[in-house]
Amino acid sequence: MFHTHPKEKHMGVLEIAKGMGVTLGKLFQKPVTVSYPEQRATIQPRFRGRHVLTRHPGTGLEKCIGCSLCAAVCPAYAIYVEAAENDPQNPTSPGERYAKVYEINMLRCIFCGLCEEACPTGAVVLGNEFEMADYRYRDLVYGKEDMLVGVEGSLPQRREAARTGKPVRLGFQVPQGPRKELEGVEYPR
Amino acid sequence: MPDWLVQLLITLLKGVLVAFALLTTFAYMTLIERRLLARMQIRLGPNRVGPMGLLQPLADAIKSIFKEDVSVTLADKLVYTLAPIVAIGMALTAFGGIPAGPAGSLFGADPWVYNLDAGLLALLAITSMGVYGIFLGGWASGSKYPILGGLRSSAQMISYELGMGLSVLGLLMLVGSTNFVRIVEWQAVSGWLILFQSLGFALFLISSFAETNRTPFDLPEAEQEIVAGYLTEYSAIKWALFQMAEYVNMITASAVMSTLFFGGYRGPVFLEGLIPGISGWPIIWLVLKIAFFLFMFIWVRATLPRLRYDQLMRFGWKLLLPVALANTLLTAAYLAFARGTGLWLLSLLSLGGLVLLLVMSDRVRVLWNTPTQRRESGAAPVRPVGGD
Repeated sequence: MFHTHPKEKHMGVLEIAKGMGVTLGKLFQKPVTVSYPEQRATIQPRFRGRHVLTRHPGTGLEKCIGCSLCAAVCPAYAIYVEAAENDPQNPTSPGERYAKVYEINMLRCIFCGLCEEACPTGAVVLGNEFEMADYRYRDLVYGKEDMLVGVEGSLPQRREAARTGKPVRLGFQVPQGPRKELEGVEYPR
Repeated sequence: MPDWLVQLLITLLKGVLVAFALLTTFAYMTLIERRLLARMQIRLGPNRVGPMGLLQPLADAIKSIFKEDVSVTLADKLVYTLAPIVAIGMALTAFGGIPAGPAGSLFGADPWVYNLDAGLLALLAITSMGVYGIFLGGWASGSKYPILGGLRSSAQMISYELGMGLSVLGLLMLVGSTNFVRIVEWQAVSGWLILFQSLGFALFLISSFAETNRTPFDLPEAEQEIVAGYLTEYSAIKWALFQMAEYVNMITASAVMSTLFFGGYRGPVFLEGLIPGISGWPIIWLVLKIAFFLFMFIWVRATLPRLRYDQLMRFGWKLLLPVALANTLLTAAYLAFARGTGLWLLSLLSLGGLVLLLVMSDRVRVLWNTPTQRRESGAAPVRPVGGD
């Protein structure tokens, strides 16, 4: 037969009654559940979601210079960058080169933030967006047009908004305001 | 139409009605249980399907019907299929004997499907048939975990069946009948049996929890330890039928407890002073009492952890059974020597026994250990089963 240590207290009727009292008391407490799609989830300032490609304030030039350091550091091999020479008359980025193709496979991304750490120009920043569920694999490979600053919502959300003719509805709120890197600058659209 | 045919049709109709009522109660019981458990854990619980989640049982039913029914190649297909049907069939049959009112109170008909003079015995017999569903399910699954699970579930259920049967003996001697209607009418005259058989009720309550496989005695399922035991190989609607049997058994157990110890379809007499005739609203009182006990089942599930198998067996055989016998003895002694003094003496004796049991409850276990176990209990926290 199994035995408990003699010093260990056996569960007597008093303990059971106490426990029953606890559960009964909890019955009348307010539930902590967040009814998420209807009720917005509250996001902490350090939350890291979908990537945002930032621009230089003022000039509006893309910060990304196509150096591929983010792709190199990415542990999940989620990033693909293809650089091209800037047109000197009409540059896309302030450097010699810019990212002609910048794709992140959101299915592979583990949101570790290493790309952000590696970026020498602070171009790629993890934002607050996290509602990215979608049906097709190819829709989850985000291109530049899906990540450049000013794009509100994920692909399925924008699709939904276009279908209903309503503005993009985000299911979360950031009471402390967005991250420093994303706030306080007037970006041209 | 000949008279017997009319009777037969009425009985059939009542049977269908009772089955329908039970299945609806079962369906919403699952929802209420999930919501209540959630609230006791400060969550909301299922509220997605329909207003306030009210269509959740329907969604569950549709899901289990259309889910793929996977079974084992080695399974004995016939028995494997029959086992859940036996379980639910016995669970449904058991409820038919519960009277929901005095004779002829249901539009001139009797509010029960069948009423036997051996009603309580028949009920115990039928509920013990439910064990067949569980054991055959485990045996026919053609796999090792289920047969072990089935074996140990049957051992548990039979052990507690004994305690259950013995705990109502005192009551039967007092009332002098096993007929449910007579038991209720006796209580209407002399007072609820909980007053005179509080010890018997406590034992009956505990064995009902074990008999219906509910927490803290839900070892037959024990998902964490033995991969769901007897229903490991069951899926989809067959699995749902087993669950349904558990819930219907719970409803039956609640109804039996209300009928045996809490005046059944009769309300408390002291309320007559407020509203005359209030104790005679048959179905309402029974439903209220059943609801109370169902709440108890959920509340206990939210609170107590599951017992270990040896704790369960020791509790059943070494505590429940002897105390039930003592209760029988107590009632017998009262009937033989002190009948003239009035029932208050019996209620005092019973209550005293109960209080003694409760106060002693955490010491009794130590008392029941053998000297070897007591000596060694400090040294070895874990020893193989059957070590003494």
